[in-house]
Amino acid sequence: MTAVLEATDLGKRYRRKWALSDCTLSIPQGHVVGLVGPNGSGKSTLLNLAAGLLAPSAGRLDVLGGTPARDATAVGRVGFVAQELPAYSAFSVRDHLRLGAHLNPRWDAELAKDRIEDLGLDPSQRAGKLSGGQRAQLALTLAIAKRPELLLLDEPVASLDPLARREFLQILMETVADQEVSIVLSSHLVSDIERVCDYLIVLIDSRVQLAGDVDDLVSSHHRLIGSRRDPAGYPANQEVIDASHTDRQSSLIVRSHGPVLEDAWTIEPVSLEDLVLAYMARGKHPRSGDHFDGEVMA
Amino acid sequence: MIEFYLDQKSGVTPYLQLVQQVRRAVKLGLLLDGDQLPTVKDVVGKIAINPNTVSKAYRELEHQGLVVARTGVGTFVAIAPSDGPPATLRPLRRDLERWIARARDAGLDDEGIEALFIESFRDASSVVAP
Repeated sequence: MTAVLEATDLGKRYRRKWALSDCTLSIPQGHVVGLVGPNGSGKSTLLNLAAGLLAPSAGRLDVLGGTPARDATAVGRVGFVAQELPAYSAFSVRDHLRLGAHLNPRWDAELAKDRIEDLGLDPSQRAGKLSGGQRAQLALTLAIAKRPELLLLDEPVASLDPLARREFLQILMETVADQEVSIVLSSHLVSDIERVCDYLIVLIDSRVQLAGDVDDLVSSHHRLIGSRRDPAGYPANQEVIDASHTDRQSSLIVRSHGPVLEDAWTIEPVSLEDLVLAYMARGKHPRSGDHFDGEVMA
Repeated sequence: MIEFYLDQKSGVTPYLQLVQQVRRAVKLGLLLDGDQLPTVKDVVGKIAINPNTVSKAYRELEHQGLVVARTGVGTFVAIAPSDGPPATLRPLRRDLERWIARARDAGLDDEGIEALFIESFRDASSVVAP
């Protein structure tokens, strides 16, 4: 599996505080990768480092075989849509396209023009007057017209209404169908991730908790429900990710390394959302995934 | 042509949902032998889903022998008559519609009708195929 992004012990420090530390991960080529994790897990810092907007304080980062903050040719092949959807508010849509053409050697002027037309944006409109959805579409158009090999999006749809969000994702997915581009998308919206991503990375405190093909992850995890028992009674050959208990019942989310052999458990599928939540809970209480009536078992 | 949709509350992965929708449409006679499935790009543009997911679903349907992919042309339904709906589908549906009307007259609401149907279906199925 070829990697478009490879981080090894990567760290970024602001004065004395580390926003990202000892982060080691690999992002495969040709996928739409969903990056999820709680606020402060280092997602945005990682994406800004990958886009070359920040320089690492420690470790190594390879993006498309180059080092982002140093290597201009690698950066030219990376598109980035930042969280705050930056646009020059006094510049018109047309000005933005001109700027894009001027700054990017691989600029696809025709694609940019067609996109703006399809979106029904007025080229003479100032960016500051656009709606949130239109601004997001403009930012995406600028990033796509760059013809990137790797497109990074940092919570691009967080501020959009449901319709604008859907339109944004439609265009993003059409781009994937048309161009050979790898995508990394950070988001809190697991339902969006489930729709558009085929690869998932759960990042907590700079550490990868879970990574893999979405369908493989969903099919290798199960929910087991049975009469209440302590960890000694958990089924063998199942890795327990999360466990919760009531007076009578134990409910486990497990990663299966083999079939569940005991009939004492009812086996149910786990949704991607529950899966992500289970790993996030485990990342928060790394010593034990056990909750008794909502309390963490020491 | 089939129009795909995604039910995000179903807990079924998007890939399986697409496969099931085609299988269901074939069973109901909504898709016939020779019908074309929408192109990957059309599906993607309509329901904002990962193109790899659509391709994967189409490959699975091909593997199941329900469709054939013709390079550069598209993906087409390819089924033997026995895979399609039985000739009696229409009267069966009419009976079912009558039954639903009767259930409603008897005072059952949608939830009650669904529960009764599923319960009876399970009972009957477990007798036929243990």
